[in-house]
Amino acid sequence: MTVSKEKILEYLTEVKDPEIPVLDIVEMGIVRDIVVHNETLKIDITPTYSGCPAMKLIEDQIIAELHKKGFDDITINTVMSPAWTTDWMSEKTKQKLKSYGIAPPGRLSDDEFDPLNYVDKEVDCPFCESNETELKSEFGSTACKSLYYCNNCCQPFEHFKCH
Amino acid sequence: MISNRDSKTGQALFEYLLRLGDDRLVLGHRLSEWCGHAPILEEDIALANIALDCIGQASNFLSLAGKVENKGRNEDDLAYLREAVDFRNVQMVEVPNGDFAHTIARQFLFDVYSYPLLDELQKSADGEIAGIAEKAVKEDRYHLRHSSEWVRRLGDGTGESHDRVQNAFEDLWTYSEELFFTDEVDDILVAAGIAPDLALIKKAWEEMVAKVMKDATLDIPGNDRYMAQGSRNGRHSEHLGHLLAEMQIVHRSYPGVKW
Repeated sequence: MTVSKEKILEYLTEVKDPEIPVLDIVEMGIVRDIVVHNETLKIDITPTYSGCPAMKLIEDQIIAELHKKGFDDITINTVMSPAWTTDWMSEKTKQKLKSYGIAPPGRLSDDEFDPLNYVDKEVDCPFCESNETELKSEFGSTACKSLYYCNNCCQPFEHFKCH
Repeated sequence: MISNRDSKTGQALFEYLLRLGDDRLVLGHRLSEWCGHAPILEEDIALANIALDCIGQASNFLSLAGKVENKGRNEDDLAYLREAVDFRNVQMVEVPNGDFAHTIARQFLFDVYSYPLLDELQKSADGEIAGIAEKAVKEDRYHLRHSSEWVRRLGDGTGESHDRVQNAFEDLWTYSEELFFTDEVDDILVAAGIAPDLALIKKAWEEMVAKVMKDATLDIPGNDRYMAQGSRNGRHSEHLGHLLAEMQIVHRSYPGVKW
C-alpha cells in the first residue's frame, strides 16, 4: 500500500483542535511535515504554545485516526523551530474562527508589539462587526486568546491573539 | 549533536538547562497557587495562563536537559524526583507569593530578566535551545507587558497600592543579584556561542527596571544590603523544600500514575 503525503494530510483533517473544535490541526498549522516510507509514517507537529495542554491529546488523536485508516507504524516528532505563528492560518480559516464567535488574528507584520506598553489596536466584534470594542484582559480561557467586550452589541468575545 | 560535545561542555550545558528549566518550573508552581485566589477573575485567569507558559517552557528545557545528560531521565523525572539541593533556580522564584503586589513585583523582576535572555537565546549555537527560545520569547513578551503594566498601575495608584508594591520591591531586591550570577558554566557556554553574556542581559534589565519604576513613581532600592547567593549551585531558602513537597507528592506516591 503506497499512500501519498496529500492523502495523509486529508486524513488528518479529521483531527480537530480540542480547544477550538471548528478547526482541524492541518489548517491550524500544527502538522509541519509528513514522511511516508512504505507503511511507516513520520509526522512532525509543532506546539502552538510551550505549555499547550492539548498537544498530548492531539498526538493520541492522530495515532487513533491513522490506526483507523490501517497504519500501525507511526512516529510523531515535536519540532520547535520555526515557531508556530498565526500567520500560518489561511483567510478561510480565519473566517471559520469568526463564524465560530472568535475574532481572528491579524497579520503578525501589522502587529506593533511593545513589551512594556499596550498598543491599542482595532479588533472588530465577530458578532456585530463594530469596532467599538475594548480589551478586558490579554489572557483568556486558553493561552491563545484574549478577552474583549463589544460596547455596541454589549457582548463579551474572545480574540485569537496575533502570535 | 550531543555525542560531538566534549564532556565538559556537555556537563555545563546540562547545568545551564537546569537553571533555565528550574527557574520557570518553580515560578510556574508559585503562580499556580493563585488559581482561585486572585483579586479579580481576569487576574486569576492571567496568572494561571502565565503559570502554564512557565511550566511548558520548563518542560521543554528539562526534556532537553535529560537528553544532554543521557542517563535516561525525562522532564518528569527531573521535575519530580530531584531533591531541593539539586535544583538550580534562583531564590527569587521560590519565595512565597505574599500579597498581589509582591507577586507582581517578583514577576516583573523576573520577566525583565527572562525576556531579553530568551531573545538572545534565539541566536544560540545550539539549535534546540534556539528553537525553545523562539517559541518562549513570544510568550514572555505578554508576561512582561502584563507585569510592567501592573507595576505602573499599583505604583501610580492609591497610597496603599504604592506602599505595598514599594515594600515588595524592597523585600525582593535581596534576590536580584542572583539573576546575574555567572560561573564557569557560563564561561564555557558563552565561549561556545550557546549562551549569551549575562552582562548584556543585566544592562537591558537595569534599563527596563529604571524606566518602568520611574513611570510607576517608585524608588529603585539600593544595592547596599545583604544579597542572596548560592542558589545556582543548589543552596536554597527553606521555602523550596516545602514547595517541592507539595509539587512532587503525587508523582512520588504513585510512580508512573496516569489519568
